[in-house]
Amino acid sequence: MVEWTEQERSIITSIFGNLDYNDVGPKALSRCLIVYPWTQRYFASFGNLYNAEAIKTNPNIAAHGTKATYAELSVLHSEKLHVDPDNFKLLADCLTIVIAAKMGSAFSPEVQATFQKFLAVVVSALGRQYH
Amino acid sequence: MSLTEKDKAAVKALWAKVAKSADAVGADALSRMLLVYPQTKTYFSHWPDRKPGGESVKKHGKRVMGGVALAVSKIDDLTAGLLELSELHAFQLRVDPGNFKLLAHCIQVVLANMFPNDFTPEAHVALDKFLANLALALSEKYR
Repeated sequence: MVEWTEQERSIITSIFGNLDYNDVGPKALSRCLIVYPWTQRYFASFGNLYNAEAIKTNPNIAAHGTKATYAELSVLHSEKLHVDPDNFKLLADCLTIVIAAKMGSAFSPEVQATFQKFLAVVVSALGRQYH
Repeated sequence: MSLTEKDKAAVKALWAKVAKSADAVGADALSRMLLVYPQTKTYFSHWPDRKPGGESVKKHGKRVMGGVALAVSKIDDLTAGLLELSELHAFQLRVDPGNFKLLAHCIQVVLANMFPNDFTPEAHVALDKFLANLALALSEKYR
């Protein structure tokens, strides 16, 4: 089991409390599709992903994402979407970069460490139901 | 995933903007790497301390970014350009090459943090490729 200090919990809560999901989510996803183009294999049905401009303005990318428990999401990603779990790490790295760009000086080394620890746990949980 | 002419141009353009802050970028990236990936501290047990922003880290961050600057200038043939550095890393430092991508990630986090308007997705993909090729050139002499 992962252990969290009070300080780590408060850093994570603060980051997500101040996050504009509708901005950061699409930015992180489109950055992932641009920086690691092979990840586009999972979004063939989304229409035009031909170049960076098309990706950034694609409405399906902007709308992507729903809420569910991690067990359901893991099964969804393995059984239905067939996503190679290595990709979760790529998206996590892009999310870190987008948050770093947004938070400026508030994104200290300690905050980065806590945020990456959190994302590593999410990535691990998403990979857990694969077989 | 070798560098296209477009990648090289993008890397040089980004470097032109960030070069004067190279020392600060290096120090910050190294500090973050040591904190976010504690296993990397094992290579620096000979330092008086490994504190983020400490003197040892600042000095070393500057040296590392000197290497990156060299790589930018030798972007057309990284393997030849980084030969000496590769020999240093292979035979003396013996840093496990898996760690190069950890530092590369931290360099990119710092650039996104310090230059949010310049570190666009287009600049990001070019730099990511460049740093990957740099790491490959650095690993050249390992075996």
